[in-house]
Amino acid sequence: MLNKYPLWKYLLILMVCTMGVIYAMPNLYPPDPAVQITPTKSGDVVDDYTLNRALSVLKEANIQYFGQEIKDGKTALIRLQDSEQQLQAKGVIQRKLGDGFIVALNLAATTPQWLVDMNAGPMTLGLDLSGGVHFLMEVDMDEFLKQRLNNYRAAIKRALREQKHRYKRVVANGDTGIAVKFAKEDVRDEAYTFLRREYPEFLTTDEDKEDGFWVNLNLTPAKIKEFEDYALKQNLTTIRNRVNELGVAEPLVQRQGRNRIVIELPGVQDTAAAKKILGKAANLEFRLEALPDASRYSSEEFGFKTQPGRRARLEKAVIVTGDNVSNAQPSFDENGQSQVNINLDGNGGAMMGKVTKKAIKRRMGVLFVEHKVRTRYEMQDGVEVAVEDKFVEKKIISLATIQSALGSQFRITGLEPAESSELALLLRAGALAAPMYFVEERTVGPSLGKENIELGVSSVQLGLAIVLIFMLVYYRTFGLFANVALAVNLLLLMAVMSMLGATLTLPGIAGIVLTVGMAVDANVLIFARIREELKAGLNPQQAIHSGYDKAFLTIFDANITTLIVAVILFAVGTGPVKGFAVTLSIGILTSMFTAIVLTRALANLTYGGRRVEKLSIGGK
Amino acid sequence: MSEVKDMNFMGMRKVAAAASIVLLLISIASLAYQGLNLGLDFTGGTLIEVGYENKADIKHIRETLEEAGYRDVTVQNFGSEQDVLLRMSEAYRANLGDEVLATLQNSSDETVAMRRAEFVGAQVGEELRDQGGLALLLALAVVMLYVAARFQFKFSVGAVVALMHDVIIILGVFSVFQFEFDLTVMAALLAVIGYSLNDTIVVADRIRENFRIIRQMMPADVINRSLTQTLGRTVVTSLTTLMVLLALLFMGGENIYYFAMALSIGVVVGTYSSIYVSANILLVMEITREDLLPPETDDSDLDEIP
Repeated sequence: MLNKYPLWKYLLILMVCTMGVIYAMPNLYPPDPAVQITPTKSGDVVDDYTLNRALSVLKEANIQYFGQEIKDGKTALIRLQDSEQQLQAKGVIQRKLGDGFIVALNLAATTPQWLVDMNAGPMTLGLDLSGGVHFLMEVDMDEFLKQRLNNYRAAIKRALREQKHRYKRVVANGDTGIAVKFAKEDVRDEAYTFLRREYPEFLTTDEDKEDGFWVNLNLTPAKIKEFEDYALKQNLTTIRNRVNELGVAEPLVQRQGRNRIVIELPGVQDTAAAKKILGKAANLEFRLEALPDASRYSSEEFGFKTQPGRRARLEKAVIVTGDNVSNAQPSFDENGQSQVNINLDGNGGAMMGKVTKKAIKRRMGVLFVEHKVRTRYEMQDGVEVAVEDKFVEKKIISLATIQSALGSQFRITGLEPAESSELALLLRAGALAAPMYFVEERTVGPSLGKENIELGVSSVQLGLAIVLIFMLVYYRTFGLFANVALAVNLLLLMAVMSMLGATLTLPGIAGIVLTVGMAVDANVLIFARIREELKAGLNPQQAIHSGYDKAFLTIFDANITTLIVAVILFAVGTGPVKGFAVTLSIGILTSMFTAIVLTRALANLTYGGRRVEKLSIGGK
Repeated sequence: MSEVKDMNFMGMRKVAAAASIVLLLISIASLAYQGLNLGLDFTGGTLIEVGYENKADIKHIRETLEEAGYRDVTVQNFGSEQDVLLRMSEAYRANLGDEVLATLQNSSDETVAMRRAEFVGAQVGEELRDQGGLALLLALAVVMLYVAARFQFKFSVGAVVALMHDVIIILGVFSVFQFEFDLTVMAALLAVIGYSLNDTIVVADRIRENFRIIRQMMPADVINRSLTQTLGRTVVTSLTTLMVLLALLFMGGENIYYFAMALSIGVVVGTYSSIYVSANILLVMEITREDLLPPETDDSDLDEIP
């Protein structure tokens, strides 16, 4: 019979709609403002004792809270009455618990347990809606490769000496290569065979020049890629550690492309602190202070970081760098003086011991090395363009007398309390494998985020209301079907986005609005067809049947092409554009279901399987 | 079969073509001479949005910042009288946002709130520009292939010319009025491609269907009938979409204003182009019934022709 769905089809539709309701539901529960407590060291736990200390200090400060829990012994969450007290609560708890714990602002989900059990959760809000900071950092691969090649040069020199291949010089050759010069051809040929065997990561060639016999070694593209991946991974880990120090509830640290790292810190309000820790793309150099009679060639003069005007002369030779620093903690010595305890790795400890043994009572300086970017503007072909100059800034952060031979554990004493925690933080933040630069930064204040949500929601509401009224007036009963479909479509869209864990952004909301407008298109196509078929003299049942039938292919083609565009948008776009592409694609898919299947079911239920004189579909 | 008289869309096609060409020429000329007012996303630079409690004194803010030594500062209201957008070519520093905020705070009795601060490196801007262009071309190419496969080559030419027409005219409007062109507008442009394509395909689908079922009729008349039949749907869909877009334009806030603007223009132009550009191209390329017969039924169809 025409226009009757089998029972299973109705049940299936009902099931999809129920799933939609369930998975969209978590979005109805607004999250509570909360503070989150995690231990600084990953091995530590948060126990009831800690939690009670935090709660008691909240009571003292007269801050209302109504829920507390400990998750897996690692994180404690305290829910607060209102968001204004969030910062205050964070402050008092942090002061009470001290350095062993990180206290962060968080929004605690209020999803009921039975929904959590079904793996349902609310959509994540993008930074433009929640407020927060977005950074894009670029890893300086050229610099990293240069450092690696320097290491290779030293290693090759040593190997050639050990093997008694008498070379003249070992020099850098372009950005990715090393060249070795020999006086005699037969020596070169032997060395060539040796280098080729020992260093397979290089493409080795020999070359006869007027000034001598050369072996050229060039890093293979595969090795360069390996280095780049290593540098990025290393930096990613360091940045993650630094972000953890910031105590942000749900940070995102992700690789983007070949040499970039995206960092998103939702809800961060103290952006200056975030930048301070992340932006310290710093390394350290431990060097001895130069002797008074040291020559210009073996020593350099540096300024102090915190004491303008004060300068000191250090030796050029570096004892160890920040790469060797495994830990640094501020503490107090037996006299209550602030100090920083430093741990070095094995190599670093050995080097430190070797040098300081012969330098007792001399002073050792710690240089803080920052890679910065300076933008200047210059005219090129009549257009002002921004040129970014990278430069290195080295400042002394500590200059202290060596009391005895140092090993892999030593301490810097005689510091102010604030100084010591700052110094420890810098030392501990971990060394980056390669220098990094900020290339993009976006900060959205929390008030703007809230405003963006309100604007987005009200424009969706208004747009939806207009379309609903229009459809009802223009298509009557069928308009009602389309409206139900539209509402279910929004529900499914929200459900799918929540299930996928997709992020909702402002352009994403715009995508939803656009979907509302376009989703009715399929119904308009179908209804226009039905009207046409009625005019052509078909009876109502046949008209419904053939209207849906004929419109289907058109709808399919039209939606697939839009979907193609949305997918391209997703693949090529970044950030906000991606958010738009996601909602648009999901919206297209859900709207195909609701506009074709759901409205048909409604039409079948209303008109199917009985004699119908007239359809309520508007028009003449 | 149809009681409604077909509207003679194609009778106007020369006028429409002339109008399209004029609009395209103006757009291209404007793009060539004054280009687009590229936003921060594409140029790189620093942007700070601050909020005052009361109406902000733009002139005073500008003077304060210039006195403090910031170069090339543009100050403008953003969305409301209290909100101010600052753009500067100042080199990026970690604390620039806070510095500027402190400077403004010192010169004002009210509380000045930081709403957002953005910095985009010149290099990143350039890459985003390239990516955007690439996305546009890729979208056009894939669409062309899909339409050629699903319909016929002549349709895919018509569809792609119509899309290029829409994109160039939107770019032209943004260039002539120097509206700010940023990443979201780029996204809108791609969405317009999707939307306009939707329209074009619906029309093309009907043209194909009519060519197959109607025998003795001039191609122009077949197209007229198809356009008349789809007109109701075209108008209704464009209207509903336009209505929600206008809601977005007037209520969505300053941040997506130009996004909604680009889409609104796109919907209008896209509707027009699916009628007058893609259908017009079909006639220019002399579409015939034979182009559209499904290959597998060729034999039986030939037999039926008397």
